[in-house]
Amino acid sequence: MAEHAVASAAYLRAHEDPPIVRRLLIGAAVAIMVFLVVIPLVAVFVGAFSAGVTTYWDNLVHDPDTLHSIKLTLMVAPVAVILNLIFGIAGAWAIARFRFPGRAFLTALIDMPFTVSPVVVGLFLLLLFGLQGIFGPWLRAHDVKIVFAYPGLVLATIFVTFPVIARELIPLMEALGSEEEVAAVSLGARGWQLFRLVTIPNIKWGLLYGVILCNARAMGEFGAVYVVSGHIAGQTDTMPLRVEKLFQEYNMPGAFALASVLALLALVTLLVKTTLEWKTRRELAENERMLATGGEA
Amino acid sequence: MSIAVKNVTKRFGSFLALDNVSLDVPNGELLALLGPSGSGKTTLLRIISGLEAPDTGTVLYHEEDVTEAAVRERNVGFVFQHYALFRHMTVFDNIAFGLRVRKRPRAQIRARVSELLRLVQLEGLERSLPSQLSGGQRQRVALARALAAEPKVLLLDEPFGALDAKVRQELRSWLRRLHDEIHVTSVFVTHDQEEAFEVSDRVVIMNKGRIEQVGSPEEIFEHPANPFVMDFLGNVNVFHGSVQGGRARLGNLEVAYPDYPYDETRAATAFIRSHELEILRAKNGRPSLEAKVMHINPARPVVKVRLYSETFGVVLNVDVPWDRYTELRLQVGDTVHVAPRQVRLFVQEYAI
Repeated sequence: MAEHAVASAAYLRAHEDPPIVRRLLIGAAVAIMVFLVVIPLVAVFVGAFSAGVTTYWDNLVHDPDTLHSIKLTLMVAPVAVILNLIFGIAGAWAIARFRFPGRAFLTALIDMPFTVSPVVVGLFLLLLFGLQGIFGPWLRAHDVKIVFAYPGLVLATIFVTFPVIARELIPLMEALGSEEEVAAVSLGARGWQLFRLVTIPNIKWGLLYGVILCNARAMGEFGAVYVVSGHIAGQTDTMPLRVEKLFQEYNMPGAFALASVLALLALVTLLVKTTLEWKTRRELAENERMLATGGEA
Repeated sequence: MSIAVKNVTKRFGSFLALDNVSLDVPNGELLALLGPSGSGKTTLLRIISGLEAPDTGTVLYHEEDVTEAAVRERNVGFVFQHYALFRHMTVFDNIAFGLRVRKRPRAQIRARVSELLRLVQLEGLERSLPSQLSGGQRQRVALARALAAEPKVLLLDEPFGALDAKVRQELRSWLRRLHDEIHVTSVFVTHDQEEAFEVSDRVVIMNKGRIEQVGSPEEIFEHPANPFVMDFLGNVNVFHGSVQGGRARLGNLEVAYPDYPYDETRAATAFIRSHELEILRAKNGRPSLEAKVMHINPARPVVKVRLYSETFGVVLNVDVPWDRYTELRLQVGDTVHVAPRQVRLFVQEYAI
């Protein structure tokens, strides 16, 4: 009996920290979150509305450069997201479905934009497409503007947000396996039918999750875009660039107003992301449940 | 549609999955590919279906070479081991898939799916999702889905492997009845010999990428071609000994073996099935072994007794009919005599 009690006490100790440690850790985590995330977020909205709601609205709508930056971001981000959707599906399909030499290398390469500083990415692009860049003379001869123009902004955004969708899809597609796709082929489906009728419905939540996250990153992208945009007000300033410029010009209410739009966007993204995460997890759990109950009658 | 496989070889890296395999399946037959895992049976099935391509050799459907044809062009029905149902589609949509991708008219699809639902006895479940079905129901949906586009050939990969014993038994006899009804040429893979023998017209026994024997269940059971087949069929006691001058010596057990009348002594392996051994309380003049009862499984109608022969150093498995068992009053620890009624002997060829 006594031995049993000792054993169970040891068991408890090994698996559960004493209450004081638990409370301290939870408290520390909450304090850090409040200090680093909640207070700044609230501060952004407080700053934005400090001069009243009318000024807030004026700052957003009646400053043509700010308005243009919002429009530009809304033109850059969706294009980057759509292109990344195509690249992401193609990359995830290749990695999850095929075994080929260099597969591990490709997987690592997909992650590279996350490990490289965005400023470096911007410099890459300058080096390639800038006037003194490798393709510079050719581009100038054919009157194609990439750097300091819309295409440059899209390129930089694509590069930086490239891994988001692929990384979301690879583990999902690996977990789902290719059984259903093989079954579809055996039933006479062609490539496109198989993709539309079998693959897409199975990965739709993960895909949507990737798109939302990719969109958030695309709209908030600063470093790479900063280098290639040339920040020409009313032409190549995206929202994050415009926020920085307003701030540099000591237009605090203006900077905070625009920043609050970005922050709001982040909050919406977070909400959608959490919902989708829950949906994908449920889908995977369903998948496991199906496999687990496969043997039952 | 008859199937012919001619000299098919398939490698996966350095692993030889199929080694020059040839096989004929006449029209309307239900054939089982039986063998241990890694014997190449699933690879052979996948090559027949077109899901896998052979390195060398050809596959013919009714004398037409389909080796290069894609799965889609072959019109086969394939039933996967883990069903591979489309999880986001209802039972109806699953079954209709093969017809929809072939752009069949709506009314025809509806009629065909209802017909199949009746055939696999799943009427009323057309709106269910696969996750709401039992294993046996899922397997029947998979079968209906494979049959929807009226395939010329039905291929099943361990169709009942993931089901529990009772459902398996039911589905087995149901598959046999279904085949008698629709008569589509069918090949199924299994590692369960009972399943193979109960369901199929003919059984192909495979081992290490080769075919060991092809025959009706009776032929294979009564005339196993070689030691592998004998051993694989199981429920068998294996003895190593020698033959010489019309006699086989297995330890201190000596039996007549007129097939080998030569003077030269050769190594031989004897196979005696559990039901071909008899337990005796006392010697009765026939060749017998002394053995001690170690374990009794009093199942009915056949009691399974495990004995140990000390002189021979082997464990013997003997099936005893229930009546005989009660007559013998066997107890664990008893020393008895075990006599073979029939011995199958494979004399070793001399390696050159």
